[in-house]
Amino acid sequence: MADVLARLEGVSRTYQKGKEKVEVLHNLDLEIPDGDFVAIMGPSGSGKTTLLNLLGGLDRPSSGTVTVGGKVISSMSNSRLSKWRATNVGFIFQFYNLLPVLNALRNVELPLLLTDFSAKERAKRAGIALDIVGLSDRAKHYPRELSGGQEQRVAIARAIVSDPKLLLCDEPTGDLDRDTADEILRLLQALNREHGKTIVMVTHDAQAAEYANRTLHCDKGTLEARAAA
Amino acid sequence: MKFFRLVWKNAWRKKIRTSLTILSVFVAFLLFALLSAIGYAFRGGVDVADADRLIVIEKVSLINPLPSSYQARIAATPGVESVTHASWFGGYYQEPQNQFAQFPVDPEDYMAMYPEFEMPAEQREAWKRNRTGAVVGRELADAYGWKVGDRIPIQATIWSRKDGGRTWEFDLEGIFSAENARGNTALMLFQYDYFDEARAFAQGTVGWYILRVADGADPVQVANAIDAQFANSPAETDTSTEAAFAQSFTKQFGNIALIVTLILGAVFFTLLLVSGNTMSQSVRERIPELAVLKTLGFGDRSVLAIVLSESVLIMLIGGLLGLGVGWVLVQGVAEQFGAFLPGVYLSPASLATGFGLMLGAGALAGIFPAVKAMRLSIVDALARA
Repeated sequence: MADVLARLEGVSRTYQKGKEKVEVLHNLDLEIPDGDFVAIMGPSGSGKTTLLNLLGGLDRPSSGTVTVGGKVISSMSNSRLSKWRATNVGFIFQFYNLLPVLNALRNVELPLLLTDFSAKERAKRAGIALDIVGLSDRAKHYPRELSGGQEQRVAIARAIVSDPKLLLCDEPTGDLDRDTADEILRLLQALNREHGKTIVMVTHDAQAAEYANRTLHCDKGTLEARAAA
Repeated sequence: MKFFRLVWKNAWRKKIRTSLTILSVFVAFLLFALLSAIGYAFRGGVDVADADRLIVIEKVSLINPLPSSYQARIAATPGVESVTHASWFGGYYQEPQNQFAQFPVDPEDYMAMYPEFEMPAEQREAWKRNRTGAVVGRELADAYGWKVGDRIPIQATIWSRKDGGRTWEFDLEGIFSAENARGNTALMLFQYDYFDEARAFAQGTVGWYILRVADGADPVQVANAIDAQFANSPAETDTSTEAAFAQSFTKQFGNIALIVTLILGAVFFTLLLVSGNTMSQSVRERIPELAVLKTLGFGDRSVLAIVLSESVLIMLIGGLLGLGVGWVLVQGVAEQFGAFLPGVYLSPASLATGFGLMLGAGALAGIFPAVKAMRLSIVDALARA
């Protein structure tokens, strides 16, 4: 059995909405083995994205602990958490979130600016990442010159360029047509199977979830496992 | 440096807005350069003043003359090494707008008092021998194309001649330059003896005395001793350092330093509002992008540095352009109008102040949006994407 890469223990997350307290996640326990590809489904507001944010160290639990790669990230300081994110986790968003002022290569290179690599080495690594997602011929193109599918590929290249173990995808195909969505999902599957990336993907799309090894259903702050179709 | 491309690209995200902001920075620093150079011209005398020289003027006003007889008494005051005198002539060359300083002086004593004025020995001797001889500074000679041997007519505005005429003619016997490149050489000197003999009134008086304090003597005590000697006389004196004299002389034109400071203060205040607004708008527009940077691992300080650098970069582009163009203009003004406004100069100190202002204004304009970007909650900001 594979080692556990990420573990949530008794995690709750409560937000203050005006005078009211809203509990988005309730006493959640979850283990994600290294090399797993997990899809998380559920209605809007069920806590899927909050769960992803906690796994990526973008948010902190109100109670409980989040451990990733053997490190308790829920108790790290902000600056340590930033450094941790830079090398341990890659994010893929629904709307790609590329910087419009930088071309594809420079967007992919962004996380490497936080490393000690030389400019040449950064460019080389960014080029390899673009090659993996099949976009090396679009390296000099700006986001406005790319299709939605290509933008998402650039975003995936940016997520993998610093070679993190964990990829967190928030509705990665939510803005794409079916064919393009399938291309992106096949790419994620290849990253999981061939490059050993552990992937946690939030999606509304049951067809997208089929690409995962297993699907968890999130509702009212709790998780329920369902076998992949 | 790794972030420079990102900073540069972000700065030019809205080309028109950035260009307009840079234009306003450019204008502010151009004004800074020009006003600094003019301010320098007005206080030029202060900057080149010699700490060992004292000036004795009439206590009530510089306009009132002092008796020639004071020279010997001042010279005899303990602590005085040497003394000379000068007077304000106030004439012009050919046209009333061609005004510059002309002083009747004792050639020997005056040049000894101001060793920073350098002139060939033979020209100095020729001037001493010729009662209607005069010498001019290099700036004046260049401005009017004068050369040694020329006969220069000066129209007097104060001192008419005994024969009723107002035209004084001088033979140009020498051209001096200043040891200090910033020394004022827009100056004409001629023989006091000729002036005193030929003028229609006020014979036996001088405008002011200049004295050098002996080594080891206390200038304050010397000044007090001189003023005490002439206390309760018809022409009481006020002795001060050359720098203080130059300052009070400059103040006749108004408090130039204060005026320059007020204008620049208003300009830079407006500049801060304009550039601060630009930076705030720029940060507001890309909050989701900043959140993405933080998601990728850019720490709070990195985000702060990126936004601040952007603000400083815009200020540096406009500021350096403004100072550069200002420097070129000041050079042109100095060449064209050096005779009327001598000492116009953009000093290294002004350039350094300008550079400091660029960094300071850039940091100040960017600090609030930068702190806002630094404190950004990733989760909230991504929700806006």
